[in-house]
Amino acid sequence: MTRPPLKLTDRIARKLPQIVVAPSFTAILFFVYGFIIWTGYISLTKSKMLPNYNLIGFRPYERLFQMDRWSVALENLFVFGFLFIFTAIVIGCLLAILLDQKIRAEGFIRTIYLYPMAISFIITGTAWKWIMNPSLGLETVVRGWGWESFSFGWTNSETMAVYALVMAAVWQSAGFVMALFLSALRSVDQDIIKAASLDGASPWRIYLRIILPSMRPVFMSAVVILAHLAIKSFDLVVALTGGGPGYASTLPANFMYEMTFRRNEIGVGAASAMVMLATVAAIMVPYLYSELRGKKHV
Amino acid sequence: MKTISLSLVSALALSAAFTATPSLANPKAEVLHYWTSGGEAAAVKSLQEAFAARGGEWVDAPVAGGGGDAQAAVLRARVLAGDPPAAVQIKGPNIQEWAEAGALADLSSVASAQNWDAVLPAAIQDIVKYEGNYVAVPVNVHRVDWIWANPEVLAKVGATVPTTWDEFNATADKLLAAGIIPLAHGGQPWQDATVFETVVLGIGGVDFYRKALVDLDMDALGSDTMIKVFDQMRKMRGYVDPDFPGRDWNLATAMVMRGEAAMQIMGDWAKGEFAAAGKVPGKDYICASTPSENGYLLNSDSFAMFGVSGEDNEQGQALLAELILGTEFQETFNLLKGSIPARTDVPRGEFDDCAIKSMGDMVSAADGGTLLGSMAHEIAQSGAVRGAFIDVATAHFNSDMSSEEAVSKLVDAIKLAQ
Repeated sequence: MTRPPLKLTDRIARKLPQIVVAPSFTAILFFVYGFIIWTGYISLTKSKMLPNYNLIGFRPYERLFQMDRWSVALENLFVFGFLFIFTAIVIGCLLAILLDQKIRAEGFIRTIYLYPMAISFIITGTAWKWIMNPSLGLETVVRGWGWESFSFGWTNSETMAVYALVMAAVWQSAGFVMALFLSALRSVDQDIIKAASLDGASPWRIYLRIILPSMRPVFMSAVVILAHLAIKSFDLVVALTGGGPGYASTLPANFMYEMTFRRNEIGVGAASAMVMLATVAAIMVPYLYSELRGKKHV
Repeated sequence: MKTISLSLVSALALSAAFTATPSLANPKAEVLHYWTSGGEAAAVKSLQEAFAARGGEWVDAPVAGGGGDAQAAVLRARVLAGDPPAAVQIKGPNIQEWAEAGALADLSSVASAQNWDAVLPAAIQDIVKYEGNYVAVPVNVHRVDWIWANPEVLAKVGATVPTTWDEFNATADKLLAAGIIPLAHGGQPWQDATVFETVVLGIGGVDFYRKALVDLDMDALGSDTMIKVFDQMRKMRGYVDPDFPGRDWNLATAMVMRGEAAMQIMGDWAKGEFAAAGKVPGKDYICASTPSENGYLLNSDSFAMFGVSGEDNEQGQALLAELILGTEFQETFNLLKGSIPARTDVPRGEFDDCAIKSMGDMVSAADGGTLLGSMAHEIAQSGAVRGAFIDVATAHFNSDMSSEEAVSKLVDAIKLAQ
């Protein structure tokens, strides 16, 4: 007994999902992964002003790691990334817990904390540049109040400029982290909390031992989101410090732009982009791996 | 019969309109530039009008922003796609790099017809020639090694504009003691590099500048003279106010204007700020060259001519090249932009005192062999090497790095960038 052949419309209907997804899939394959491969190839060539396709091996990477500017940028990335992620999560988490105390006007306050996220980094950077400018901003105001020795010239100091970046970035992102945590706090099973408080656990203990541990996946998402924000930070640096004083607060993305588009060093620029990609991958791959493996067990 | 001939004529006219015949081609040129604001936009417009008056069709391709970075990206894409614009605003060694890539047109016929060799100083010819042939047309010259001073402020400590670096330091110390900021400066890398190159020219002299910043002679870069240069830079750091990081150059100029600071070292685009505020040279402000042995650091904008195809495009390009270096345009353009003409035979009547001084100095510097390209402004060096100089100059200026360390970093950085 043979099955009757499928009608054309049925065949199309069966393949419809693949057909619909195919254009965007092809576009991503080409424009994202295709250009990653292209950049990888270019990073092994002697490309200067124009792309050059003769391979010369790892020389661009050697030059990259001999550059003082690059080591400063990489070091800044670790300082900035670590402090930014850590502080944003601590402050965001604290705000979420405080907001979770069934307070009045919660919606209003929540909106206020979340709003910085709606602003682009360029605006955050410009606003904080003025706030931190010693002769325009906070320093002058506080000194005007009578605290003559107050000093807040972070953006003007070679050693402190990177912390100025952290401060502005945390201001922008802490509210977002708070929103993430707040929704997670709300989704914790209320019965467990009730049971715990019946057993006589203090609220502090309930948060520390029950609620926060159950929010582990949210911590992971927060880290991943903040980490990629940190690695691709570019506009904040441009607006807030211009990479300065000197190049003391430059980040890898700024370095890449400088090399590729200003200094006719496409090869070195591509190499720095690959190092950034590797840094992102080092964070994302273990995360995705653990997430996907977790799904299978369910 | 009359109606027939009329309709025939109109039919002919129509067909002529629809099929542009190559023999009657209109000169046409697409111009890629980043002069999109204020006096610069007005200056470009004057060129556009002159081009149209000679029957040319101007295709404007402005790319705003980024000080040319955005334009460079557009240019690369256009050249790689095989469709370059006729004229592109690029300067310095970038012209040589594009010429090496085989992308530029040969302007020899226009150049010999217009006798360019006779009217351009040799130092400028070197910039716009590749293997002896003109490939680009210079538009203007900005002098970089200027001191802009407020005479009233200097008079407060009984000083005049310094003519040696020792005098500069002595005057600055007096100003500091009187509670006045001696040097208005913006702490952006290119501004740090601008001060750096004038100090190299002043402390090291013309030959040293040429060896170190133009020829990249490693012995000169690592020499004791370079240590002295960085020593002077360290002193300069003491003469700026604490709020200098990140400040834009025009804000520093405003400090001189308001009398908060005594002097600024900046190219003559600063003059535009004084002029806009209605200040008079010689009275409200003084323009003097930074101390050096008759050195002259030039920054010159130019249009490089790319290889285009088609008779209309080629004609347009030749016409454009002729107009850009024509006396008339050189005068109007530079009056609008505040720079001086690249050719030396333009009438000086309309220009202000600072520009006239600059024109005179340029001619004598060209005769004496002391006319040099600016490193900070991409004439002597570009791309990676310029970047390396700027990195070290700015890193030294913005930290407590010793002069010896700065010199060894400079040597390493330049080697790496080559």
